[in-house]
Amino acid sequence: MLVRALGQRVLLAVPVLLSVVTAIFLVVRVLPGDPAQAALGDYASREAVEALRGRLGLDAPLPIQYLHFLGDLLHGDLGTSMISGTPVRDQIAYNLPFTLQLTLLALLIGVLLGLPLGVGMAVRHGRALDAIGRILSLLGVCVPAFYLGILLMLLFGVQLRWLPAIGGGSPDDPRAMASALILPALTLGLVMMASVARLSRAAMLSALGHDAVRTARAKGLPERVVIVVHVLRPALLPTVSLLGVWAVALIGDSVTTEVVFARPGLGKLLVGAMLQRDYTSLQSVMVVYTLFVVGINLLTDLAYVWIDPRVRVGGP
Amino acid sequence: MSRRWRIARANRLALLGAVLALLVIAAALGAPLISPFDPFEQSAVHRLDGPDALHLLGRDTFGRDVFARLLYAGRVSLLVGCGAVALGGTLGTLLGLVAGAVGGWVGRSLMRSVDVLMAFPSLLLGLAVLTVLGAGLDRLIVAIGLVLAPPFARLVHATTLSLAQRDFVEAARSLGAGRCRILVRHLLPNLLDEVIVLAGLLVATAIRIEASLSFVGLGVAPPAPTWGNMIRDGATVLLRAPWLSVAPGLAILLAVLACNLLADGARDILDPRH
Repeated sequence: MLVRALGQRVLLAVPVLLSVVTAIFLVVRVLPGDPAQAALGDYASREAVEALRGRLGLDAPLPIQYLHFLGDLLHGDLGTSMISGTPVRDQIAYNLPFTLQLTLLALLIGVLLGLPLGVGMAVRHGRALDAIGRILSLLGVCVPAFYLGILLMLLFGVQLRWLPAIGGGSPDDPRAMASALILPALTLGLVMMASVARLSRAAMLSALGHDAVRTARAKGLPERVVIVVHVLRPALLPTVSLLGVWAVALIGDSVTTEVVFARPGLGKLLVGAMLQRDYTSLQSVMVVYTLFVVGINLLTDLAYVWIDPRVRVGGP
Repeated sequence: MSRRWRIARANRLALLGAVLALLVIAAALGAPLISPFDPFEQSAVHRLDGPDALHLLGRDTFGRDVFARLLYAGRVSLLVGCGAVALGGTLGTLLGLVAGAVGGWVGRSLMRSVDVLMAFPSLLLGLAVLTVLGAGLDRLIVAIGLVLAPPFARLVHATTLSLAQRDFVEAARSLGAGRCRILVRHLLPNLLDEVIVLAGLLVATAIRIEASLSFVGLGVAPPAPTWGNMIRDGATVLLRAPWLSVAPGLAILLAVLACNLLADGARDILDPRH
């Protein structure tokens, strides 16, 4: 039953992936202006434009282009950048690890700081810790990630000079990479911490109101045991199940954060491709982001199936 | 009404949100009254001058008065925020109502597409739509509006389905009311409370998306000031003139905070269960 339910989720992800990839293909094709003309500039000769169109396969009928596009994707061929002439796969292979390290560390920071804060706020409901935590987490939910990044950069990178303010470090130098990772990851992690703390606080408070908690207290269980056994466990479920949503939000925020810290990564690649109208790069980076998002949602779905037996049978 | 007013007064955070929102709106609309300076007038001599008594926030990289630009930028941000939410709210509400009313295969696949769209980060969706539409303030509003439509559709669809089970809908149907009449006269008014709360939250989201897009250089193009492109402009001289980026960021924070507090307060007032 479990295996079947898991398999079902995986199969459901395939049409989603296919439709989004198709949408990306169409989006790039219906763009105003000719990509080849855009790449070569307004003063390029007609022959040069035609040659580039031929090289990019833009002169073929749309369905043929589509099949080529899908075939190339399945082979892992992401095309050649229209601006730099390098294979897009190489660009992504260089930039992907930077984004992965950033988002994973941020996720870790967000959960490891946010959960204890939320739990602490709920346990000390109405006291100073709760009040301070509520204000901080409200600000954290409101602040745009790139602005928090600028503030942290000014404080730790410029004023205190503890950490490098910009750049991502060279892949050959792990120490430089690690120190360049801290500020961007802290930026995204703090933004996520705010959401995690708010939700886990609310979940804890609602769990604290249950009859089971009153019964447990009435029979004289120490408060610590009541909290851990009867409050923490039911409160953790909604928090864990929202991890996927937060991870996706984090990927969105990572784009601006990478730009702030002038850090290599998919986001910088994406924005650069848009600014330079590099359509082949744009299309491929979007496909990679789609893989990410669909993958995270699939993992979340699978986690649901794993955690909650009610979802295993039927369900949406 | 007086009961709601009493709750509103008791809800100090909502009141704070209302005050902040009024402040932001007044600053944006009354920009020419508050600052005598032209937000576009450049001055090469006064490039990056620090704050003083006359120019409260100093001058930017082109010698323009930062405080004046901050006020005028509020107009653009509020216009984008409210315009995008009005567009997305209308589209999403219609979509959710129709999907809920039609139901069956069509309704399910409509909502399935909404789910897929909502799985993506709003900033990436906005970028994708902007790629198709091209640059410009009107297109930016449309792009963000389209991004915000799915959450409205999901909320309205879910509420429509639950309202449709209620007795008053059954009563209307048994009195011979048609499907359209039930939708418009009985379901829509009951949905509005929740739609308004969501709209408040999403104005904040819209302002943040606009700021992010303008910050990376894909939103509102200079010289028109928005908080996002002011931060972008200031980031190039962050070491010499940090206030160029810090000030507009505070403005964004203030506006977003106001929307969130107002929306939270509105939920408390409209929904007694909270």
